[in-house]
Amino acid sequence: MSDAAKQITLTIDGVEVSVEAGTTVLQAAEHAGVVVPHYCYHPGIPSRPAQCRMCLVEIEGQPKLQPSCVFPAGDGMVVHTTSETAETARKSVIEFLLLNHPLDCPICDAAGQCMLQDYAFETGQLRSRYAEAKMVLGRDRVAEDILYFGDRCIVCTRCVRFMEDIAGDNALVVAQRGHKAYIDTFPGRDLDHAFRGNIVDVCPVGALVHEDFVFKARAWDMDSSPGICPGCSTGCNIEVNVKENQVVRTKPRLNPDVNSYWMCDHGRRSLVMSNRGVRAEAPLVRQGGELEPASWNEALAWIAGELGDATGIAVVSAAASNEALFYTRVLLDRIGIEGGTFQVEQGDEETLTGFPKLKLRADRAPNVAGAELHDFKRADGLPDVPDGATLVVVGDALSNAPADYGANAGFFLYVGSHLVPAAGNATAILPAATIPETDGTFVNFEGRVQRFHRALRSPGVARPAWMFLSRLLEQLGGEPGVREIGDAFAAMATGTARMEAMSWAGLGLRGELLSEAGQPAVAAE
Amino acid sequence: MGYPYSHDLEVGTQLSRHFGDEKARTLEGWKELGGYATLPKALEMDPDAITEVVKNSGLRGRGGAGFPTGVKWSFMPKEPNGAHYLCCNADESEPGAFKDREILRWVPHLLIEGCLIAARAIRAEHVYIYVRGEFFPFSAILRDAVVEAYEGGYVGENILGSGWSCDVTVHLGAGAYIAGEETGLMSSLMGGRAEPWIKPPFPAQSGAFGRPTTVNNVETLAAVPMIVEEGADWYRQWGTEKSPGTKLWCCSGHLERPGTYELPLGVNLRDVIYEVCGGAPNGKKIKAVIPGGSSTPMLTDAELDCSGCYEGMAEAGSALGTASPIVMNEDTNIVSAMRRIAQFYAHESCGQCVQCREGTSWTAKILHRIETGEGTAEDLDTLYHLCEQMTGRTICPLADSVVFPLLSSLDKFKDEYEALIKR
Repeated sequence: MSDAAKQITLTIDGVEVSVEAGTTVLQAAEHAGVVVPHYCYHPGIPSRPAQCRMCLVEIEGQPKLQPSCVFPAGDGMVVHTTSETAETARKSVIEFLLLNHPLDCPICDAAGQCMLQDYAFETGQLRSRYAEAKMVLGRDRVAEDILYFGDRCIVCTRCVRFMEDIAGDNALVVAQRGHKAYIDTFPGRDLDHAFRGNIVDVCPVGALVHEDFVFKARAWDMDSSPGICPGCSTGCNIEVNVKENQVVRTKPRLNPDVNSYWMCDHGRRSLVMSNRGVRAEAPLVRQGGELEPASWNEALAWIAGELGDATGIAVVSAAASNEALFYTRVLLDRIGIEGGTFQVEQGDEETLTGFPKLKLRADRAPNVAGAELHDFKRADGLPDVPDGATLVVVGDALSNAPADYGANAGFFLYVGSHLVPAAGNATAILPAATIPETDGTFVNFEGRVQRFHRALRSPGVARPAWMFLSRLLEQLGGEPGVREIGDAFAAMATGTARMEAMSWAGLGLRGELLSEAGQPAVAAE
Repeated sequence: MGYPYSHDLEVGTQLSRHFGDEKARTLEGWKELGGYATLPKALEMDPDAITEVVKNSGLRGRGGAGFPTGVKWSFMPKEPNGAHYLCCNADESEPGAFKDREILRWVPHLLIEGCLIAARAIRAEHVYIYVRGEFFPFSAILRDAVVEAYEGGYVGENILGSGWSCDVTVHLGAGAYIAGEETGLMSSLMGGRAEPWIKPPFPAQSGAFGRPTTVNNVETLAAVPMIVEEGADWYRQWGTEKSPGTKLWCCSGHLERPGTYELPLGVNLRDVIYEVCGGAPNGKKIKAVIPGGSSTPMLTDAELDCSGCYEGMAEAGSALGTASPIVMNEDTNIVSAMRRIAQFYAHESCGQCVQCREGTSWTAKILHRIETGEGTAEDLDTLYHLCEQMTGRTICPLADSVVFPLLSSLDKFKDEYEALIKR
């Protein structure tokens, strides 16, 4: 079989590059390290109308400039992306696009990450020859949470084609034609698809903006960290945008094995919502009937003294990191508590026809498979606490618990980030960092171990659970506590059969499947 | 013979002979006039033999581009692995052209016969006649004819007992110039916006509904029955080597006798304007002629001595287009005329390509400013620049359609622009 794709060689801006036959000139240019400016082409959207005319390049032997996004690379082809003709054409497209553009960069949310701004700056035209009045379209709402700034729109139709090609929902259309064209919902239709938020990400300018983000942060005021969406068991790779220690926006981060360029709207909101709630900011231990603040050293020493061999139960959260769950398991083994359960909130499944692997899954927690990997069992509700038993709760597992839950326990250790009502019954509270405040890993529905990185500072002296649980174990006579995520992961990998070959560094940003991944850890489908 | 006027230079083939004769509209009347005589013969021919006759006749597409029809048909796969379609382009949207609608309203059965023969040649199982939305009354005539043809066994299952089946659907557009471009037509036919798509894929590979499709103009298809009936050599008695046959000329503007005339290709354009149409009324001089519909370069009166065929008009620096001369007399304000043309194209741009979407409206706005005396000397430079950037940069030639007349008017009537700017 000679199925190996035929290789062809072409020259782009003097750089020789070999690519598979069928590659477009624009993609071949990427291989050659040449960026061809473009608007309508998006690597994740299959349809390529070649309508923005920004990627026109000169190809020797072709009478006209050709759109590189669709023109197939040919063997021996010589391409010039910066010849005078190509440059002039590109400059001209920018001039055309700016004719009716309001130039409101100072108040535009895309400023600083806008392809129109970038290329306009690059082609350097200070003055427009346009002496006529600009068209004014104003602002519209295309979905309940998405605003459309018509004047900024360059009608590249990426949003329309995302909805058509990927979401399989043609609720969004181009209305009118010619210079009056704009984006709108089809008459009588609502843009209510569960993945509609992606139209904001594919917009190369500031025409589509989430209402909960509008005017909140300038691109250069935000920090960005790679994260994993905690919204469901899919584990979409995301970029967490932070301003002044608040998550202001999450965007999908490319991972072809998990979520491609996309994520759902439920996930998009999940981290932004995590800013809410009353936080545990310092260790609290019960002294004379009252929970009193203590230093970490005092609290850990005191807890280590109180926690002897005990009978009891454990409740964990499927939103806790693998590392936290691993040290919880070691701790439970140490003090003689077996089993342990977790609950998973259930929701409706939502699908994306153009990338079927990506779903908003019914399990609305990011680490169901990780919790099962560490021998915790899924349960429908909270277990009853036998009078006088030891109760260990790790992660925010009591958010829907009755206020008196755990009041009858003999010793109640609460490890969590939020002070929910039931936490008031605890004997000791150890303040944990939330997911965006820590490094760690999750295991997604198909057994893919994925890293997420710290994006926020924790309030008070809250710390990652894996860090202080390892120190608590040290107090109980175990190994020295860990301070680095790499060490925590290494300890876990050593103690977990299906992770043996893994390392924190080796996971990289795309993750790795658990060994024996032929059997998904969770029957999610 | 011709309609509404006639002239000795005219050729009265089946194409135009029955214009104005209501009898030709009905199946019975049309059969009496000798209609549907060729279809049975074509049904007995090998499809490729039909294509061969049309190829030999040298018939070129009458929609404006002039691509050889037989060659176009030969691009269709010879062994279908699914449906093939024929689209008849009856979207006649070029300002100045009014030939297809004469065929639709006077000889609808001729068009149906032509469609069927062409469908046979390209092995199509369904013909879509895409009629311009504004042609509502004419489409009703065509629909009645299609119903009659179904009843008469000329269309539908087992046509004339040959075992071959072919359906004909009349589809009414919603009124967009660009639906007259073949890919725009198919986009619209499939229920989308009339937006042209970039080729490849070519229609013969993947056209309407993703199947091999041929798109032909009404006049092209209406010429097919007589070519198949009489043969290629008969058709070649008219016209030139490269542009054989006759052509419907739609002459409008400042003329004594405007109208639709069937004239041989290669006729002298000056004769068309002055002899056939009687020149401008009231003894006025002619200032300019846009010879092929509004999207072709203007010619001055002095440039009219040229051969009215595809290659002749190209030599003269213009294009035959749809052979629809728009004549402007000496009183015409060229800038106003050009502004109106630009406004039309700005209105009709589908809005995909940036150069066309923004460029056409900018052009119209600049011309409007010059027309109202607000122009500046820089405006002319900008217009020339726009002409350069709107040529050959877009998916379809709509942007080029503004450039052709604009550039020629800037070159030939610059004094008029300058006079308005100086005022």
